[in-house]
Amino acid sequence: MVANKTAERPLTAKPVVSERASSGTGNLALDARDVHVFYGDFEAVKGISLPVHEKEITALIGPSGCGKSTLLRCFNRMNDVVSGVRIEGQILYKGQDIYASQVDPVAVRRRIGMVFQKANPFPKSIYKNVAWGAKINGFKGDMDALVEKSLRQAALWDEVKDKLHQSGLSLSGGQQQRLCIARTLAIEPDVILMDEPASALDPIATSKIEELMLELKENYTIVVVTHNMQQAARVSDRTALLWLGELVEYNDTQTIFTNPSQQKTEDYITGRHG
Amino acid sequence: MQLHRSILENSIQDIQDKLQEMAALSLAAIDQAITSLKTGDIALAERVIVGDEKVNELEVEIEQAVVVTIATQQPAAGDLRAIIAGLQIATELERIGDHAASIAKVTVRMQGEKLMKPLIDIPRMAQAGSAMLLKALKAYETQDSLLAHEVASDDEEMDLLNTQIIRELLSYMVEDPAKIAQGSNLLWVTHNLERVGDRATNIGERVIFMKTGKTLDLN
Repeated sequence: MVANKTAERPLTAKPVVSERASSGTGNLALDARDVHVFYGDFEAVKGISLPVHEKEITALIGPSGCGKSTLLRCFNRMNDVVSGVRIEGQILYKGQDIYASQVDPVAVRRRIGMVFQKANPFPKSIYKNVAWGAKINGFKGDMDALVEKSLRQAALWDEVKDKLHQSGLSLSGGQQQRLCIARTLAIEPDVILMDEPASALDPIATSKIEELMLELKENYTIVVVTHNMQQAARVSDRTALLWLGELVEYNDTQTIFTNPSQQKTEDYITGRHG
Repeated sequence: MQLHRSILENSIQDIQDKLQEMAALSLAAIDQAITSLKTGDIALAERVIVGDEKVNELEVEIEQAVVVTIATQQPAAGDLRAIIAGLQIATELERIGDHAASIAKVTVRMQGEKLMKPLIDIPRMAQAGSAMLLKALKAYETQDSLLAHEVASDDEEMDLLNTQIIRELLSYMVEDPAKIAQGSNLLWVTHNLERVGDRATNIGERVIFMKTGKTLDLN
């Protein structure tokens, strides 16, 4: 896998707060600090602080409506496009506050890519699906090589190399999801946010996605929202349990699933609650 | 599914490696405990007693590894049985380590006292127990339930040796009450060795469970 080089790119045309970017956060890729999210009067996320470590998989779990997807979307400013949303607190990406006024949200999303619950390839060829993001970002290099590299990283190349110009929609659900991951990787992000990436897939396709996540964490930081606690247990390094907008417990995954410190965590992961 | 399998397989391998380490320590402890008894080497006996701590630590490590593997990897069927069998075998090995330490404590208690006769059958019994343990571990490693059944058959020889030694020691004690203290100590040694045989048989039972899913009582 080729190391991505995005970490050095600034979030704006001119680097801002670059001194802070290089200090204070250690090996954190993201650092949510006292984040509140309001949809109108409703407070969906209530003051969550959550450090996300580099080149690890961090899982956000919790019952529906607990705020995990809302929090995930804060990490690359996807909530900006939802009307009536107000966000307080800070989210630092390598020490830079991604909500600072001079930060370009598009630049944020180039570094912090996202994969959604339902695979959403464009009704274009497999090749164009992968090349699209790089093209609109002004990529001037060898596009064929970039497409191949991204598809290989997404563990899809061998399955599609002979039909790159067929529609992305002709692929199976699991392949479409891996195509979307390849599309995200082609932008050469640093962090990949995944919102229920396997919930619409069968167990074999789910396994392939989980396998891919484990391979990708060698080079990328991954934050995944999942309803599937077993998936969080299998693939993640750290797990955070959210409940009604609050962070109940955040710890290494082994501890969360063998000896959590909070009764609510114990009840949730043992199926007694939620 | 290769990567998932490999995470689970690595976890199972880790448990099996720790079991082999426990087994090697336990076998060495039995051998050294009997040597210390034969030669009255108190320093060696004390090393066996202290060394048992490492066996205990490994049992805790295996228990933790088993809990984490079950909680995070959700093993099923043969994988699950192998992990559960690993946990149970760790308990047997930990107790075998205790039996070796108990024998070493007899050496310490006897304080170099001259033996009433050269020890012949007790070392034979120890060798038979160690051979059973090795066979049980080989059965575990190779998932060979036939070999596991053989371990149970070998235990009959251990039981015969035990009965023979008890009879002999009792006759020494009846003839000369001054030998009762040492005779009691040596009876305790044979009891511990007899238990090693039983525990090796228990390991055989766990191998059969791992391989077939059936729980047998071979003792």
